[in-house]
Amino acid sequence: MNLLAAGVAAPEFTLHSTPDQSVALKEFRGRNVILAFYPADWSPVCSDQLALYNELLDEFARLNAQLLAISVDGVWSHAALARERKYHFPLLSDFEPKGAVARAYGVYDAQLGLAQRALFVIDGDGVIRWSYLSPMGVNPGAAGIVKALEALPSNNIQKALPADAGQEAP
Amino acid sequence: MLHEDSILAAPVSARDHIQGNAHAVVTLVEYGDFQCPACGGAYPLVKQIQHRYAGNLRFVFRHFPLSQVHPYAQLAAELAEAAAVEGRFWAMHDWLYENQTAWAPYGAPGLEAGVRALGLDEATIAATLRNPDIDARIRGDFMGGVRSGVNGTPSFYVNGYLYQGDFDSLVHAIGRVIARQQ
Repeated sequence: MNLLAAGVAAPEFTLHSTPDQSVALKEFRGRNVILAFYPADWSPVCSDQLALYNELLDEFARLNAQLLAISVDGVWSHAALARERKYHFPLLSDFEPKGAVARAYGVYDAQLGLAQRALFVIDGDGVIRWSYLSPMGVNPGAAGIVKALEALPSNNIQKALPADAGQEAP
Repeated sequence: MLHEDSILAAPVSARDHIQGNAHAVVTLVEYGDFQCPACGGAYPLVKQIQHRYAGNLRFVFRHFPLSQVHPYAQLAAELAEAAAVEGRFWAMHDWLYENQTAWAPYGAPGLEAGVRALGLDEATIAATLRNPDIDARIRGDFMGGVRSGVNGTPSFYVNGYLYQGDFDSLVHAIGRVIARQQ
């Protein structure tokens, strides 16, 4: 199965973020969601992809978006990783049945038993608006995410308001 | 990475910190973090490249502090910008990298040594650090980097294209561009 593409309804899921908390995609209706699938906790991509996103949470919020990162690791590994690297966004555990959500999005590597490194931008109606599959060892950065979020009609409307003088520095 | 996402989104302009010949054949842009060990490791190599290619190379430094990973990177960037107001950006840039292992564990007290080493007026620097323009400028650099596909530090752009490879091949890539122009 291939990477789900723009225009497709995002498959629903409910996954644990901590041992006693879970997160459902449908909780974010009305907001945009960035889904970042990644292969494994603690894996060294020379510069850490999630560390970059962690610096961009204000920017994502400005674009009415919530970041959710997903791997097949268990909740305790996620908890340790989030504490060690000071992540301020949920790490979801696609653990049981293993990789089921990654499979639903077409980004499960069955040979390695890992989620691929893939990005999705989902709009407030739960529709995928952008997706991207990165080679496993390549940190895709955030340029594609930011552009996809800015291109959403809801964010364009916000931008067009005369009250919004908050342009980027030239 | 998407090709169009690996191109320098913010062209080099008068607002940048620039070293070298304005008409150089090659413009090397670094997105760096003063507390990042890899950037500290790249610092002498960049100096070597500048020395080797001299008038053929223009070097630009832009801020990309990963504050959650490096708790004093933002403050160090602000200090470099405060020094820039006094015309001492590059002196502070060099001090921060040359003394990274000395100040990085101590944060503000460690960085104060840089203010003294450069003979800057501490009260003036402290006042400048409170100016919101300093923070806005650093954030502007950061977001320009994000839009250009910066995925970690240091990231280098050669004539506007993200360079992905080791440092030796970066040196050779710059050499080839210069050779083509001569």
